[in-house]
This record gives sequence, structure tokens and C-alpha cells, in this order.
Amino acid sequence: MVRRKHRDLQVKKAMTGYLFILPFIIGFISFMLVPLVESLRMCFSNVVVGIGQGGFVMKFIGLDNFKKAFTVDPEFNRMLTEELTRMLVSVPATLIISFFMALLLNQKFKGRGFVRAIFFLPVILSSGVLVGLEFNNSLLQGMEEVVKQSTGNTNITTILEDILSNSGFGTRSLKFVFSIVNSVYDVVIASGIQIIIFLSGLQTISKSMYEAAKIEGCSAWESFWKITFPMVSSVILVNLVYTIIDFFMRTDNKVMQKITETMMPKMDYGFSSAMAWTYFAGVMVIIAVLCGITSRWVYYHE
Amino acid sequence: MSSENRTKWKNFSERNRKSGGYLLRKVILGKLYRIVRAILLFGLCFLILQPLINKISLSFMKEKDLYDATVISIPRNFTLENYKLVDQLIGFWKTLLNSVGISTLVSVVQVVFCTIIGYGFARFKFPLKKFWFACVILVIVIPPQTIMSSLYLNFRFFDIFGLIKLTTGNTINLQNSILPYIMLCMTGMGLRSGLYIFLVRQYFRGIPKELEEAAYVDGCGTFSTFVKIMIPDAKPILTSCFLFSFVWQWTDSFYSKMFLGKIRLLPNMLTSISGLLSDYLININGAGSKPSVAYGQMMISTGMIMAIIPLLLIYIVAQKGFVENLSQTGIKM
Repeated sequence: MVRRKHRDLQVKKAMTGYLFILPFIIGFISFMLVPLVESLRMCFSNVVVGIGQGGFVMKFIGLDNFKKAFTVDPEFNRMLTEELTRMLVSVPATLIISFFMALLLNQKFKGRGFVRAIFFLPVILSSGVLVGLEFNNSLLQGMEEVVKQSTGNTNITTILEDILSNSGFGTRSLKFVFSIVNSVYDVVIASGIQIIIFLSGLQTISKSMYEAAKIEGCSAWESFWKITFPMVSSVILVNLVYTIIDFFMRTDNKVMQKITETMMPKMDYGFSSAMAWTYFAGVMVIIAVLCGITSRWVYYHE
Repeated sequence: MSSENRTKWKNFSERNRKSGGYLLRKVILGKLYRIVRAILLFGLCFLILQPLINKISLSFMKEKDLYDATVISIPRNFTLENYKLVDQLIGFWKTLLNSVGISTLVSVVQVVFCTIIGYGFARFKFPLKKFWFACVILVIVIPPQTIMSSLYLNFRFFDIFGLIKLTTGNTINLQNSILPYIMLCMTGMGLRSGLYIFLVRQYFRGIPKELEEAAYVDGCGTFSTFVKIMIPDAKPILTSCFLFSFVWQWTDSFYSKMFLGKIRLLPNMLTSISGLLSDYLININGAGSKPSVAYGQMMISTGMIMAIIPLLLIYIVAQKGFVENLSQTGIKM
């Protein structure tokens, strides 16, 4: 009797649990799963929007949309490889810089609150449409070129690059380094949330560990690699995934812009979902590979 | 005073000698580190603020200041005309009111439903819980662009399992109404809803179980425990979610273009500002007159400043809600 009552209670609790997440289940099935399957079908078909019939018709055309994306469309291949390589460069840079910044902002110094406030400003100011406006302006870049020419091309990084490449270092690796240096602004702007996540990770490390290490004669450098780094390694994984997705969804992403353009004004739904799925698959592969590599050395304290 | 200093210094040098120069080295290195850190932080802060400052100063300039090489960031001919013109172009006050309304509505709905869902995930045991939570992660990971084309068509020809077509003979066009978007937000599929569900769940998991059990023992039902005990406790994370939701909704162009195209919202108006400007000039000066590149740029900067100012005010007032609360949640995987 008692056991049955206990079971009843459990069932009741499970029911209430389901009641709480019911909105999500409904939403997931109707606004995520169904469209996901549908857009997968769209990839392989020619979508004709027939307004008179009150619906749209899909005609199966096999891999034609993908063929169009890879062989016919002049820009897609180039954009795809460009964005994916840009991602491979900018994601590690973002992670490293935001980790470094989080370390700095976790220390105690005068005006820390103020500096923190400024660092998280980009979370607000570089979201959504504002980023797109900032970077879409090829006009502004044109103006910059003019200014550069008139002032005799005084740019510290270019000068440094000239000097170093003349002195006979490997130019390729140098180019890579300088592309990172030049994009410091982009990286700092894009790393607000990552800094917050890292900070939250850093704050969970108990002070006593550092004290113990110090007593044992650990230098700051050693305690960084032996305590801080393993303790936040799980947070690094979170940030890695977040950064990739964030990069994927930024409005200044060229592939994304192209996909939205083919969908909205041009109404070519089949082609646009084929491109979206190709891009999505590429990103998923990258996430899977990187997670596979990083999750090996993630350390869980509990 | 000086004698005191002298004894201090004597004391210090004594200790330094005993430690074999280690103390002095440590103090100097510490000072050096602080200076380097200060320079670095200042530089980075400047890097972040510089475009903003640049835009602000640009928005107060007259057009001829742009071509004056001696004017860098302080306008020579200070003017408010840009603001007036942008106001005229985009109907600033009405657009602002629309934006405030939509953002508030959307973020309130989002926070309410994400809290309910997050609480369900944090506090109840039920079969397939792991599976559904994996679905939440999936929602965070899958970019909305992937499913947008079919979602768009679905709302264009909206129907519930063919029932509506059966009764009225036609599907409903929900495009250009706010209803589909609110439906998305209510079911945890809105802009970054997955993230809020995740955060709320994380927070609720950190609240001790005894609190809840005490309420149950005292005869509080499940729902009233949730409303009376748990929600007041979760206020910090809820305000954070609300603030982020508000701000991201404010600047979002993707969803607003998709679902709210007909409503004049700030992001939509901002992207069309240069087109509006050339239309306006054609109206005034006759066909063929085009705004110069720099002038259009100036207008966009002014528009951006006008759109950002409310956000800046919110940020200054509620800075703690954005940063500190979130960093205390303990985000883990």
C-alpha cells in the first residue's frame, strides 16, 4: 500500500515535470523538428509557391540544388571556404584573448568595475544589426583607403610587416600573425560573453588551492598551468562551442547574408536551404572535431 | 614625517638584505606588472570605446567638417541638424515607441516561459529528461537560418493539421503579424531562448532542495511553491535574462525582418537609412541628386547613436544585472 502511494507520488511528480516543460516540447516539435525535416526536404526539391492554391508545392529534383551551389553559383564555394577558414583563425584567437582578459579582470585593482563595464559593452553594442552596419560599409573602407594614401601609408603593422619580412623570416607564418594582430578589434568586440563565462569559471576556483600551492613553493606560472588551467578546462569547452556558434550566426557573415538574400527577396527556398544545410554541416563537422580533441583533456573537478 | 619614512626604508633595506635581494626584486616586478597591466587595459578600453566616440563626434558635425583634414574628432561646426534629419527620415519617436513595446513584450514572454521550462528541467524527475534537455542544447546549437525558410512558409500558410483549411476553406496568412513570433517565444524557440532556459535551469539547480521541501511540508502546492518561493529567489538571473533578451531583441534584425517586417522597428529602419536619405534628397533637390558617401555614413552613425542611447542608459543603470549575476550562475557543461 505504502509502496503504491509512493509510486503514485512519483508519477504525479513526473506529470508535473512534463507539464512544466510542455511548452518546450510543443515548440520543439512544431517549430524545430517539423521545419528541420521540411527544410531538409526542400534541399532536394524545387519549391514553387502557389498562392492561389493556398500552399506551396515541392517537386523532387534530387541533388540539383547542391550541384547549383557548388558548380553553377559563382560565389558560394569561395564564400564557404573563406568563412570556414576565417572561423578557424578567429575562434582560437577569441578564446585565447578572452581567457587572458578574464584572468586580468579577475584580479583586484582600482577601477575594476569600470573596466569590466567597458569590456562587456560590446555584448550590447555589437549585437544584431549594429555589427552588420559597422562592417557592411564598403564605402567607409573606400574612405579609409583614401586617407591611407594621402597620409603616406603610416600603419604600424604594415611597417613592422615590411621590416620583418625583409629581414628574412618565414613570410607565411608572419602573415598569419599579422592577420591576427590586425583583427584584434574584431576579436575583442566579439569576446564579451566569453569573458563573462570564463570569469564565472575562474570564480568557482577556491582560493585555498592557490594558498596551498604557494606554501608548497609553486610559482605563479606553475600554479596557472597546474590549477587555473585544468579547473577552467570545462569552461573552455563551453566557450569553444559558444564561439563557433556565435561566429556562425553573426550578421556580418557573408554566407549567412547570401542565404537570407536568396530566401527573402529572391524566394528561392530550395537553393537557400541547400546552402544553409551545407554550411551547417561544415560547422557541425568542425565543432565535432574540435570537441573531440578538447574533451580529451578536459578535467572535471567533482 | 621624513624620519618615519627613513625608518621605513631602513626596515625595508634590512629585510631586503636578509632575503638576498629577493624582496626588492619582487616589489619592483610587482610595480612593473601593474604598470604594464594598466597600459594594456587602458589601450583595450580605448580600442572598444573609440568607434563609439568617433560616431558621437561624427553625429555632431556639419558635412563640410568631413572634408576638412584638420578636423579629427571635435566638430568645428557644431550642429544638431543630423539628429533632426534622422528623426525626420525614420520617424524616430514612433519607431522608438514601437521598439520599446515590442522588445518589452517579447522579452517578458520569453523570460516567463523560459523560467517555467527551466524550472521543469531543474527540479523534476521524469522519463526522457536527458533526451529533452539534449533537445534544448540542440536548439541553442542549430542556427535559426537553417530552418527559417520552411518556418517562414509555414507561417505564410498557417494551418493546424489541416483543420483551418477544412473549416474556412483557406489557410491563414500570419506573416506581418506579431502572433507567430510570440508563439515562438512562448514555446522557447525565440531569439536565443535556449540559452535562457539553460541559464535558468543552471540557477535553479543551485538552490537547495530543502527550501522547496519545507514549502511542501507546510502545505504549499507545486505551482504556488514555484511562484512564491522559487521565483523570488531567482530574481537576479531572471533580471539578467530579461535584460539580455531586451537588448538582443532591440538590435536583432533577423527575426524582425522575418516576422515583423511591417512594423517600424529601429533595426529595420537603421538598415534602410541610406535609401531613405537619397529618396529625401531627390524629393528636395529633384531627380539625380545623390547623397555623398561620407554624408550617408554620417547619417548612419547618427542613427546608430540614436538607437544605442536607450541601451546605453539601461546598461549604465543595470550594469550589475548584465555582468555580475551571470558570472555567478556557474556555467558548466
